[in-house]
Amino acid sequence: MATLTEIRWHGRGGQGAKTAALLLAEAASEAGLHVQGFPEYGPERMGAPVFAYNRLSDEPIFLHCHISRPSVVAVLDPTLIKDPGVAAGLADGGVVVVNSTAEPETMRGRLRLDGQPEVRVATVDASGISMDCIGQAIPNTAMMGAVIRVTGLLEFDRFMEVARRLLGEKFRARPALVDGNLKAIRRAYGEVAVG
Amino acid sequence: MTTTAVTTGTVNPNQRRVALTGNEAVALAMRQINPDVVAAYPITPQTDIVQYFSSFVADGRVDTEFVTVESEHSAMSATVGAVAAGARAMTATSANGLALMWEVLYIAAGSRLPIVMPVVNRALSAPLNIHCDHSDAMGARDSGWVQLWSENAQEAYDNVIQAVRVAEHPKVLLPVMVCLDGFIISHALLNLHVLEDAAVRAFVGRYRPDHTLLDPERPVTVGPLDLYDFYFEHKRQQAEAMSEARAVILQVAEDYTRLSGRRYGFFEAHRLEDADSAVVVLGSAAGTARFVVDELRRRGRKVGLLKLRVFRPFPGRELAETLARLQTVAVLDRAEGFSTAGGPLFTEVRSALYALAEDGGRGPASPGAPPLTMNFIYGLGGRDLDPGDIESVFDRLATAVETGSTRTPDTGRVGPLIEYLGVRE
Amino acid sequence: MTVREGAGWREIPRGGLILTAGNATAYKTGAWRTFRPVWHPDRCIQCLLCWIYCPDAAIVVKDGKVAGVDYRYCKGCGVCATECPDKAHALEMTREEAGGET
Repeated sequence: MATLTEIRWHGRGGQGAKTAALLLAEAASEAGLHVQGFPEYGPERMGAPVFAYNRLSDEPIFLHCHISRPSVVAVLDPTLIKDPGVAAGLADGGVVVVNSTAEPETMRGRLRLDGQPEVRVATVDASGISMDCIGQAIPNTAMMGAVIRVTGLLEFDRFMEVARRLLGEKFRARPALVDGNLKAIRRAYGEVAVG
Repeated sequence: MTTTAVTTGTVNPNQRRVALTGNEAVALAMRQINPDVVAAYPITPQTDIVQYFSSFVADGRVDTEFVTVESEHSAMSATVGAVAAGARAMTATSANGLALMWEVLYIAAGSRLPIVMPVVNRALSAPLNIHCDHSDAMGARDSGWVQLWSENAQEAYDNVIQAVRVAEHPKVLLPVMVCLDGFIISHALLNLHVLEDAAVRAFVGRYRPDHTLLDPERPVTVGPLDLYDFYFEHKRQQAEAMSEARAVILQVAEDYTRLSGRRYGFFEAHRLEDADSAVVVLGSAAGTARFVVDELRRRGRKVGLLKLRVFRPFPGRELAETLARLQTVAVLDRAEGFSTAGGPLFTEVRSALYALAEDGGRGPASPGAPPLTMNFIYGLGGRDLDPGDIESVFDRLATAVETGSTRTPDTGRVGPLIEYLGVRE
Repeated sequence: MTVREGAGWREIPRGGLILTAGNATAYKTGAWRTFRPVWHPDRCIQCLLCWIYCPDAAIVVKDGKVAGVDYRYCKGCGVCATECPDKAHALEMTREEAGGET
């Protein structure tokens, strides 16, 4: 992997963007990487656009600023792509992963990335997967599976071990959610399409 | 020993590598310290600390008496009462909560009560803002509290543990504030190494106060009326204790290095040995500055960083000697003191350099005039400070070296040496 | 430890701590008086109100009974005379200037 991977998560309040960033950071930390996971706090209301960030590196990370040149953008809600900021600052060789039923090439057009072939576009129906697996449209864990697939950041089986433990702690009182979320991660990992 | 080398220290094997938010790391340190009393009131972005700690109390993982109060004034008052009664007591706050404690901060320090308080730095109102700046702690800089500042979750954790020993040292007996940047550190999940519970308990030891309100065999009065016959003498004692804290902070840091492998001092001097220009900074911005310094070094520029850890007592002499041979120094303040003479960190640093000049030139090894200094006020209300901002500071310093003057058409409107970094014109 | 008057900052307990319990006895207010209470044992009904109300330690009680006035601690405030029941009138304020004579 590159020395430093910077991920920007776009979501809406309630979709779990912050949780995705923190879970991914924790899992990557257990896998031996140096990590940061942090949300950007604005209006903390259900539905409001929210951001969360990850830095992952095999060397210590000193930066403590926002991420403006991400190598990975994860969009938890397809309605957010109307915001031109979604693709802003994407580094060459970067990838944007969108929760959408659209094909990657269609999404590329919607994201106005036609002139940037060096940016990869991936889509996965994370909402549908999460409805199937956990009965709720909370797409964050499915999106984690897609992000891990398209970035190759973490070895998948190792990540799943850590995710099982972390989700087990998070949903101690609702063990069915652990299996549902793990299933969602695995399905999205398998189903994500890259254009 | 005046430098920190957290980044290069070897890790002693008695530790676990974890990923925690800054607030989780502080709450963990508090659990391991297991204070007798915690009295606290929640305020963003400190809230998690109190929330996590109260769950430790509820789960029986600490022996602490947790006092829920109706305000920060009461939180500090209850903490003062608990320590005067002989307990080891802690609290935590942010921003307006710290401001509401103001009266009682002085009572804690003046009564020589060794309280440890994490302060999660946040901008003071108005206008209302929940994000990071240092106006809260800087407002308390003259309250007689020792102030330790943290770059990241690791340092916040380590500082809280060391603070207990510093505060309770018989030569000090002063309260200690441990500062960490709100949201940037408090809510960011970061890697750190944590000690075993038993190691922390052994390091902080038991608090054995020499006089307490709850000792009927040796009754005492705390906080009496003290007029012009003795008040001045008590303030002189307090100044002496703050001065004694200097050696104690270094001694505790040395003991902590033996335990953890991580080195702490008054400040970290990063690549200053042969530097021409440097920035002086507190808190999380030091990390971003270190990144920029390393990047500019790769491009052949002789730049460095001085990250201050101990702001009170102010290590002026050591700091000035370290900076003496530089050509230019930029002091970054995350607080606007409205003095029109520079931010709170700037005035201290500049004053320290002036003292060196009075001592006969520049430091022991460097004849000539003291460095040119500039003040950059940044990051108010959580405004982001990115690598480009810091690089622009080094560019300004380079211009100052070329022209021999820190002045540009942009400086001098508010004060002669002050620039605003990242504000919209 | 009693703090010496005029002691320097190195000699005194830190932070204003007072380490000597009951140290009010070391603080004599007797020189403040302009009026002096005189106790008439023959009129005293031993209600002890003067002892209760005296803000210092001027009313001397022995074996549960008022035994006199300790003028070292009497600043002449007159509370004892005011509180002494009218029917007894056992404490009477006199001019200090007159040397305590009625």
